[in-house]
Amino acid sequence: MNDIDKKILEILKNDSRISAGAIAAMLGMEESEVAKRIEDMQDSGVLVKYTAVINSELTQDESVTALIEVKVTPQSTHGFDNIAREIMAYEEVSSVYLMSGAYDLVVIVEGKTIKQVAGFISEKLSVMENVLSTATHFILKKYKSEGIILDKKYTKKREVMA
Amino acid sequence: MNYDKYLSEKVKTIKPSGIRKFFDMAATSKDIISLGVGEPDFETPWGARERAVKSIRQGETQYTANSGLITLRKRIAEYQNVRYGLSYDPEKEIVVTVGASEAIDLAFRSLIDPGDEIIIPDPSYVSYAPGVVMAGGVPVGVKCEMKDKFALGVENLKKAITPKTKAIVLPYPNNPTGAIMTKEELEAIAPIILENDLMVISDEIYSELTYGMVHTSIASLPNMRERTIVINGFSKAFAMTGWRLGYFCAPEPLTKQMLKIHQYVIMCAPTAAQYCALEALESGLKNNFADVTKMRDEYDMRRRYLVHELNEIGLETFEPRGAFYVFPKVSSLGMNGEEFASRLIKEQKLAVVPGNAFGDNGEDFVRISYAYSIDSLQKAMVKIKEFVKRNVIKK
Repeated sequence: MNDIDKKILEILKNDSRISAGAIAAMLGMEESEVAKRIEDMQDSGVLVKYTAVINSELTQDESVTALIEVKVTPQSTHGFDNIAREIMAYEEVSSVYLMSGAYDLVVIVEGKTIKQVAGFISEKLSVMENVLSTATHFILKKYKSEGIILDKKYTKKREVMA
Repeated sequence: MNYDKYLSEKVKTIKPSGIRKFFDMAATSKDIISLGVGEPDFETPWGARERAVKSIRQGETQYTANSGLITLRKRIAEYQNVRYGLSYDPEKEIVVTVGASEAIDLAFRSLIDPGDEIIIPDPSYVSYAPGVVMAGGVPVGVKCEMKDKFALGVENLKKAITPKTKAIVLPYPNNPTGAIMTKEELEAIAPIILENDLMVISDEIYSELTYGMVHTSIASLPNMRERTIVINGFSKAFAMTGWRLGYFCAPEPLTKQMLKIHQYVIMCAPTAAQYCALEALESGLKNNFADVTKMRDEYDMRRRYLVHELNEIGLETFEPRGAFYVFPKVSSLGMNGEEFASRLIKEQKLAVVPGNAFGDNGEDFVRISYAYSIDSLQKAMVKIKEFVKRNVIKK
């Protein structure tokens, strides 16, 4: 991973649909060279997936997202890895992170309804061996996500000046 | 009431900015993408904003010295020395102004007697010629050409000098062309300035935004410091346009006179803005101007992208080495910049500024600002491509 790869990643992170030609122009490189680097990064697993950021405030989507703090008993040889792997295997789970601080893992769960998420927690997550306790927080409103301000009321408009 | 007889003849002769006219046109319709604005799309670095807020909380709400906070002037002196090798006495040779714009006006009003001619590269930023007129002088444009990378050429300069010439405005890096003047190009014109005993008003507001080379100030050349007023500010380098903060550096006898006007008209630049600038310089001097570098790198990517795209599209575009504008030539489509820009608004809902807003010599060009996100620039290039395709002259 050299500086040019990092720059390419930075550009793609902002706009994953940008063409290799445009990136090449921005960095003063040949298009074929950029295309090859992108392909290599896909092959090596650095570039995982090209997704879209959706403002769910504007869709009819009524689904809910919960952030669950989880305390677990670490296992002697594997630490937190085994339990984290078990949790991430559930399709309801969108993210699992090991955390510093008062709890061990944070698990982000998306569901169609609160009831569905609650069911996942009570029937699947909290009953797992080595899970000591959970604390669930539902996301009520997204103001900013993935670095993008979603609340239009807070986006700035430049005034005309000449 | 007929105001005509009350208004001064001088103010009536001044034309409103040609940029303004185009923004008004753009404002008449919704969904227009604008690449017209000449200010950074970045926000002022957070630490600088915090410092301003802190100064307000601590009750730093009174006037500062007329020349500006002495701590700020000391930092400006240090900055000019570290970055451009210039030495100015913060006590006697530096004044903090309300934007570089005020400093330009102070320079004109301090130097010009009725009928004095002031040489201005054409094309250049819109305020110089009206500023000269308001001060009673005569602006004299000097043609700067694409073949010379829009630098001020020796021959054209010589032709413009008359016995009435008093000073020359040197606005590099240049708005709207993005041209710079290299050390060698400055060295070529310096002897002419000396021979003709001219003053130099060097507007270096874009000095931090040069690509692939560090800006050279003409004041750093032998014998030039004594006849140069260096003007700079915080708007472009530190994304501080709304704070309105600039400054000038000049030999004491000049500063003394310019300061008189500043004292009577302005008193002092806004105090909170001065604290904001102080932090921008202090942290910049500590971290080697990391914020500036980050913005410059981003502009540089956009610059390369635009130059590449516009040339691909078939609009001859010179590679600018400074500021945040590209200046493509559109006359190959059989239209001038003004027609191109008005039709682009109407047909493609894209606003750019016609080159003639910056002088007669900008006639064949339009100015495109890249102080916009790469997303906007990409959308804009698609629009220009469609437009050019429809209007290309078949040979």
